[in-house]
Amino acid sequence: MSHTLLEIKDLTVSVEDKIILNGINLTIKSGELHVLMGPNGTGKSTLVSAIMGDPRYQIESGQILLDGKDITEMKADERARAGVFLSFQAPEEIPGVTLEDFLRTAKGALEKRPPKILQFKKELKEQMKALDMDPSYGERYLNVGFSGGEKKKTEILQLLMLQPKLALLDETDSGLDVDAVRTVTKGIRAFKNRKNGLFIITHNASILEGLDVDVVHVLEGGKIAYTGGRELISKITQEGFGVLGKEAGFYERL
Amino acid sequence: MKDFKQEKTRVDQADRTIYDVKDKLDPAFLMDSGITPEIVNQISKEKNEPEWMRLFRLKSLKLYNEIPIPSWGPSLDELNMDQIVTYVRPKSTMKAKWSDVPDDIKDTFERLGIPKAERKSLAGVGAQYDSEVVYHNVRAEVASKGVVYTDIESALTGPYSEMIRKHFMKLVPPSDHKFAALHGAVWSGGSFVYVPAGVSVEIPLQSYFRLNAPGAGQFEHTLIIVEEGAYLHFIEGCSAPRYYVANLHAGCVELYVGKNARLRYSTIENWSKNMYNLNTKRASVEEGGTVEWISGSFGSHISYLYPMSILKGKKARMEFTGITFAGEGQNLDTGAKVLHAAPDTTSHISTKSISRDGGNSTFRSLVTVTEKAQGSKSAVSCESLMLDSISRSDTIPVMDISCNQADIGHEAKIGRISESAIFYLMSRGLSEDDARALIVGGFAEPIAKELPLEYAVEMNNLIHLEMKGSIG
Repeated sequence: MSHTLLEIKDLTVSVEDKIILNGINLTIKSGELHVLMGPNGTGKSTLVSAIMGDPRYQIESGQILLDGKDITEMKADERARAGVFLSFQAPEEIPGVTLEDFLRTAKGALEKRPPKILQFKKELKEQMKALDMDPSYGERYLNVGFSGGEKKKTEILQLLMLQPKLALLDETDSGLDVDAVRTVTKGIRAFKNRKNGLFIITHNASILEGLDVDVVHVLEGGKIAYTGGRELISKITQEGFGVLGKEAGFYERL
Repeated sequence: MKDFKQEKTRVDQADRTIYDVKDKLDPAFLMDSGITPEIVNQISKEKNEPEWMRLFRLKSLKLYNEIPIPSWGPSLDELNMDQIVTYVRPKSTMKAKWSDVPDDIKDTFERLGIPKAERKSLAGVGAQYDSEVVYHNVRAEVASKGVVYTDIESALTGPYSEMIRKHFMKLVPPSDHKFAALHGAVWSGGSFVYVPAGVSVEIPLQSYFRLNAPGAGQFEHTLIIVEEGAYLHFIEGCSAPRYYVANLHAGCVELYVGKNARLRYSTIENWSKNMYNLNTKRASVEEGGTVEWISGSFGSHISYLYPMSILKGKKARMEFTGITFAGEGQNLDTGAKVLHAAPDTTSHISTKSISRDGGNSTFRSLVTVTEKAQGSKSAVSCESLMLDSISRSDTIPVMDISCNQADIGHEAKIGRISESAIFYLMSRGLSEDDARALIVGGFAEPIAKELPLEYAVEMNNLIHLEMKGSIG
């Protein structure tokens, strides 16, 4: 029953005339969870930002398809309405706009009509509770004065409230304590179903605890250097990225 | 809380046309353009004013002809005084009951939401249509506490005439500047509020001013006296339809805040984009008293607006919270002034300004601390947001400190909307326009939350309307 959710064909991306990603090919099917790993500075964030439509990144060639539809030329808001969501590594602070008002506005924009107020409030309350967030956060200005952990939880709250088809998580676990990582994982688990897909950038296996990982990709030198299963994660976390080169041929080299 | 959210949702769908209603111009009385002693005499005669007021007007007219046009602010070269009809009186006279107000006037007010505000049991509504107060209603419960809320014309001939004479244009003398002199000569309409000692008016009194006739100037006078230990919140809302003839608003607001009394004065001004808004507002505050100004300036072609607070008594306080939004063709010169003239007085001025599409926004503040004002504190902060590279924002803070035991602070921030914040919001489905509007609305939020609900909604509404079409 699963179908191709995201298809990236030969994608080359530059920033300020410098090529960062050079011919990326990737397919994520509905119901799948993919993990993206790789040394710092290899372009992992560039890849998810380019999928989201960040105007700072120039797509030189290639295509991004969502549900078979070409979204390469779309602006970020159109991509969001098509079903893409990015959990930011450093979420922006928006003074004067409460988290609740923001979520209601976003939900209204995605669903093309304002959400029913009581239903929305009830859902928000439940999701916040599930993420161990104090209800008072709803009345606080979006990300303003939030700790790193609170910002990341807020990203997951948005994920759960907005229910995209494809969720891109850019190091949502970085800088979090053990409990916060568990909460984030719980949120991801609650989100995951057979229809949607997840693409998670991480350096840390703990965020994936209790989650079925379908595919692991390793990005190196602007290309997907290795693709494998979950075992790749423990290999890398235990022995570092260098081990993959030494065992060349053992993993599928793309 | 639920109602608040729903109210806010509706804001997005609001339609600017409600502010652009032009009614059929059908005045019972229209003056010749230009201002002469004959005109001034005629205005005075029409109003059956006491002789002192007629003489006051003539004296003011003389000053008006003597004082030069200000040369330090936005250009007033295109303001042609001879074109301005100073006095347009609608057919109806004072009305006590809503049902008696003529239909076309009622229709305009309905579109401006006055009956709705009425339903929400606001204390009293004195709405000015052109130059004459046509609708006036003071709730029995307010009147029973001895609160007087009336149009200033009837106060002039009634039992409060002596009080008016004692206070009228004493804070803002006609000699203050050219447009104060003009106001003194041709003022018409406005409100008089008297709150006796110890009385706290729990619900805000509000007044809607509106310009209707093409080329008509509006010169309403607001005089508010809040006696010892009393409290009042007065709301002044202004909106006007668009016309393409130069229009002038030279109103005057005088506020007398008694010992330990508190007065909050809120304004949203949304004059049409051809208006010259040359308004003068001033408050005097006695010992332990507080004046709070909330000011939103959205409309007009050119504005000069710097409400002033004179802190006369020990421990008198003032707070000024203001926002200015300057779009295409607008040059809004706004700010606040405070005079610390007694010990331990406090002032807090906090403003935000937004400029876009070549709009020009200037913030001026003047903080004066006299020798007598030992232990006084003043904090001034202004934040500006420029939405594009063709708009302009200036800050001109002036401080004149004659006392070495005063604590004075000033802070200014000028910024632009960050592209990464826009991308963040767009990644959640908001269009670029909506993302910008949300950020600008958030920037204005500290002001909006000081306003009563309907006005906060109106301000939000105005920001969304102003932001629409700001791209491309």
